[in-house]
Amino acid sequence: MNKKVKLLDEGASKTDSPVTGLSPGRLALDRFRRDKVAVWSLYVVCFFVFIAIFAPVLTTLFNISPYTLDRRALNDYGNPLGRFGGVSWNHPLGVEPGTGRDILGRLMYGARVSLLIGFIGTIVTTSVGLTLGMLAGLRKGFVDSLITRLADVTLAFPSLLLIIALNRPLTQRLESIGVPEGNFARMTYIILVLTVFGWVYMARLIRAQVLSLREREFIEAAQSFGASNGHLIFKQLLPNLWAQVIVFATLSLPGYVAVEASLSFLGIGLMAPAASWGIMLGDSVRYYRVDPTYLLIPGVTLMILVMAFNLMGDGLRDAVDPKSDKQQL
Amino acid sequence: MLSFVCRRLFFAVILLFVVSAFTYVIFAALPSDPAALTCGKNCRPEVIAQNRVRLGYDKSIPEQYGNFLKGIVSGRTYGAGEGVHCPAPSLGYSFRKHQCVTDLITRTLPVTASVALGAFVLWMLIGIGLGTMAALKRGRWPDRLATGFSVIGISLPTFFIGLLGIMVFVIWTGLLPFPRYEGITADPAKWFMSLILPWFTLAVVSASSYIRLTRNGILEVMNEEFVRLGLAKGLKRRTLIVKYVMRAALLPIVTIAGLDFAALLGGAVITESVFSLPGMGKLSIMAVNDSDLSILVATTLVAATFIVIANALVDILYGFLDPRVRTY
Repeated sequence: MNKKVKLLDEGASKTDSPVTGLSPGRLALDRFRRDKVAVWSLYVVCFFVFIAIFAPVLTTLFNISPYTLDRRALNDYGNPLGRFGGVSWNHPLGVEPGTGRDILGRLMYGARVSLLIGFIGTIVTTSVGLTLGMLAGLRKGFVDSLITRLADVTLAFPSLLLIIALNRPLTQRLESIGVPEGNFARMTYIILVLTVFGWVYMARLIRAQVLSLREREFIEAAQSFGASNGHLIFKQLLPNLWAQVIVFATLSLPGYVAVEASLSFLGIGLMAPAASWGIMLGDSVRYYRVDPTYLLIPGVTLMILVMAFNLMGDGLRDAVDPKSDKQQL
Repeated sequence: MLSFVCRRLFFAVILLFVVSAFTYVIFAALPSDPAALTCGKNCRPEVIAQNRVRLGYDKSIPEQYGNFLKGIVSGRTYGAGEGVHCPAPSLGYSFRKHQCVTDLITRTLPVTASVALGAFVLWMLIGIGLGTMAALKRGRWPDRLATGFSVIGISLPTFFIGLLGIMVFVIWTGLLPFPRYEGITADPAKWFMSLILPWFTLAVVSASSYIRLTRNGILEVMNEEFVRLGLAKGLKRRTLIVKYVMRAALLPIVTIAGLDFAALLGGAVITESVFSLPGMGKLSIMAVNDSDLSILVATTLVAATFIVIANALVDILYGFLDPRVRTY
């Protein structure tokens, strides 16, 4: 036994540089960097974010407008002239049937809507879920059972049905209490219902984590030193939860992007002339016999964005929580 | 065990009451006046007042809710004297359609059930099949294929898959007729043909997450002690996987599947509207467009009931199979 320790010591002293321990965050970052799929997904996501932010600049640069009606690009029946939905120098991805609005321009502005709802929806649901989950886990007893039951009731509701049913009245309600009318109110409504139905999953995850973390020695140690609740939450618990919160949020974001598109497709959510991929897809249903490109372009774009987020989230999860790779069979 | 079952069922009943009360209050508290919606735009105020009394909207919300519950138990007559009688279980009366809501639901439910059942069978087959294959051939091409399929499937919105399906199989290749729903009793062959696309659409979406669940479940179980024991005592790999690994890995998946299936019974809103299937989801969408609150309350409740019942059944079943989870 002693011999072994000595050997190890000698080995360590031979390499001059002391072995520095890498922080878990650094290790995760290294693992993420080695995951090619995840890194490329990150690039794709960044690309879309860039387009969304600079949509007005880019559309001016390429001389396309998502709102200008171009009758000259359409034939007498309102269908795009030329092949593939009217692809031309003026309209690189073709035009919208019926109106002649440029599809590339609308895609760029649509990215804003999708990402805005995705990001805000994720941030709001994550904060609400995190707060309620921590509350339930820390307070146990009455508060815990109240929150858990509330989660049960929320899950018992057919969410999509309610979102559709409450859309019009609640949007009007929002407008009557001072939310700017039109698409802003509709967007607020979508984020609101996403939160009402979406907080549960995050809250459950966090509650379970907190329940197990609070039994650990380091929490006990902090408590025995008389640590305040604030210290326990922000200095002891949250640093142990961040990784999971971020992974979970990344994986739920594409879900919100898809929900926005689905709602706009059903005629709920934003209204034209605002540009949203969901609106385009919903609109394309009327034309896909004559103009299939109008369906395919926004659909495939949506798929690429959602897929990039999903793959990036997967990579992040693997990086943060590398599962044991041993396998017996 | 018996007390666990009783407590679980009791909780389910309570939950149903809470959900129904919530639903009723949410819809009752809406700013729109349900009585004003019963007749067209140029409606005389007297008619509205009359309809309000007929439908019982003149009473307070708790009273309305009480009447609604009474209607479910013993049927309800709408209007005074020779009003319309809806036999129990009455979920309301639709003034827009001049029909008892229960009738509307019993007519649309078989459609939704047909869609849900076929999709369920398909997605379980695809999901568990590909998931198992991926786990057993981990890291090799079958695994890549299955995980690739699942990533794409998860990333495609339901309506887009449905529309693509129509475009490829109906318009471009003409392999299938345009889905026009036909009752199974009227013409089973047409019924089957009209549902192929909806089934596959739903199956692709759901199967994608089941591939992941199955794959991860099997890989996790493979690391268990009892698998090592089985290997050590010389069980054949095949026996070990089918009899021990799959059984342990699939249990949680089957329970999740029960819940997903129940959720689908409440109406596959998007699929039904893409393929114009006259199911409960379509009924709800039409009710939204008509502002027909009586239908919406009913469909929401029916859907919630399915979810709650499935939840209870799954918990009880699981309690039988795995005593550790009897937490109620």
